[in-house]
Amino acid sequence: MLTVTGTVACRCLGSGSRIRIPRWSSGTRAAARERVGVSKTQVPAVEGLFTMDNEMPHLIGGKVPGRESYFFPKHLAGGDPAVSGPVELETVKLSRNGYVWSYTTSHYPPPPPFIVGTEPYRPITIAAVKLPREQLVVLGQCVLGVTPDDLEIGTEMELVLDTLYSDDEHDYMVWKWSPVNLPAPQTGAGIRSDIETTTDQVTRRL
Amino acid sequence: MDEIAIIGVGMHPWGKWGRNFVEYGTSAAHEALAEAGVDWTDVGFVSGAVTVRCGYPGYVAGSSFARALGFNGSQVASTYAACASGASAMQVARGQILSGATDVALVVGADTTPKGFLAPNEGERPDDMDWLRFRLVGATNPVYFGLNARRRMDLYGATQEDFARVKVKNSRHSVHNRRARFTKEYSIDDVLNSPIVSDPLHLLDICTTSDGGAAVVLASMDYARASGHCDPVRVAGISTVLPTYPDTVIDLPYLATDSAAATAEPERGFKQSIGDQVYSEAGLGPDDIDVAEVYDLSSALELDWYEQLGFCSEGEAEGLVRDAVTAIGGRLPVNPSGGLGAFGEAVPAQALAQVCELTWQLRGQAGERQVHNARVGISANQGLFGHGSSVLVRR
Repeated sequence: MLTVTGTVACRCLGSGSRIRIPRWSSGTRAAARERVGVSKTQVPAVEGLFTMDNEMPHLIGGKVPGRESYFFPKHLAGGDPAVSGPVELETVKLSRNGYVWSYTTSHYPPPPPFIVGTEPYRPITIAAVKLPREQLVVLGQCVLGVTPDDLEIGTEMELVLDTLYSDDEHDYMVWKWSPVNLPAPQTGAGIRSDIETTTDQVTRRL
Repeated sequence: MDEIAIIGVGMHPWGKWGRNFVEYGTSAAHEALAEAGVDWTDVGFVSGAVTVRCGYPGYVAGSSFARALGFNGSQVASTYAACASGASAMQVARGQILSGATDVALVVGADTTPKGFLAPNEGERPDDMDWLRFRLVGATNPVYFGLNARRRMDLYGATQEDFARVKVKNSRHSVHNRRARFTKEYSIDDVLNSPIVSDPLHLLDICTTSDGGAAVVLASMDYARASGHCDPVRVAGISTVLPTYPDTVIDLPYLATDSAAATAEPERGFKQSIGDQVYSEAGLGPDDIDVAEVYDLSSALELDWYEQLGFCSEGEAEGLVRDAVTAIGGRLPVNPSGGLGAFGEAVPAQALAQVCELTWQLRGQAGERQVHNARVGISANQGLFGHGSSVLVRR
């Protein structure tokens, strides 16, 4: 089922959870808040582009029926000229994993309609990630803390949900890319105390 | 493809003048018409390249320029194709001339551009790809330039010094161009010491936004000869091609590329196809080119064009700039005007400004930045949402 809108309970980090939370993610702060009872409602920054599933989020794409032609986002899909006549695109979940096609940063705060989520602005890293099944490249911010030094063409990335910006009542969520093989933690930096590291996560790091 | 003649060009200097864009366009038009020796009232077609930033889309540009010159009752069209607007406006005018609908056309574009990042219009507009990329990803134009530059580094071993060499070369050219906004010569250290904007690109690798205007008077070959232009610079090809599905290179303003899962990517990518079109129309190839004006939105993108236009193979562009092949005095000078790095973007004027420079070069009127014995020139540029732009001129 595609849960696109509405309030989603924050259920990351429950005991025995197999979910990997990006170690820098502000989404973990939302989780931390919930544990002390200061929950905000998570809503998508723009509706209909991704599932609001903290465990296994997917981008929502369009697909030509009976043909491996994918588009993202679906509501602004192009056409496949090999298909004649009007086409009703299927709604599909795009793959959650892919490989870095290229990467860069925005060292200066982008102008509106971008909303700066952290004050003062911290440079964001942006990755273009190629999805192997769909053979398309999707842009996205990387989770906070990832720098170009952590990436190279071919680095495996995973789609996660994270906060784009917040107001008093809501966390406005967006998809972000997170390296699958997180770099080894640096002493005294990077790892937040409120993140529980699962066995699975440790194994994958190694 | 039949040729048409360029019988006049004009350009308002680029800068940050803060005046109404119509002034810049009108100034350029007056210069082009005077050079052509054509009376404004004899112009049969006005083709305006439109900006979206100056009120009602450039006051619907063709008519605003015409009104400023004094309505003359001619036919008019206005074209918006982002950075490709000038080439698209020339394309429309060429069609009018080759169809016999008119003998002489004025093509004009101008802009007054706000400082800083180019950004979408205000409002909540999730149905606009340009809005989405800013809101959800913070993907400014330099972000896309950075993606391109990073691939050159990781795939071809390009360095930040290579990118800086492009800026240094173009800044040397600009010293001799009184119409350029920046005429200072920069060093590699200047570039490398400027702040990073979008890794790996520095501030001085990325073009700024400017005010400016440019105009071209186009005519049928018969009209040109009859009006005393015996050996005019000729337009041998104009390309305003679309990409071919699937376009697999992420480009602004999109959040994703086409999918190549069902249809393999075409043998020739979008940027290659832009040049292919003018070469085909002109019956010429990359080896025939003496001078080029290409869209150096970033210094790394200039290198990309060397390859896309066939000046060298993929991954070899850095070698051309290291060996000064593309500097004035080299075998194939690129951006003798100083390029966008020296001018800055004045979007609807830019493709026309490239044609102005090529025209001066082919006439031997470029002064200290003259490319020796230039007979064939090519411009290349690209408007967002998939507008190709290239013009091939010859003498």
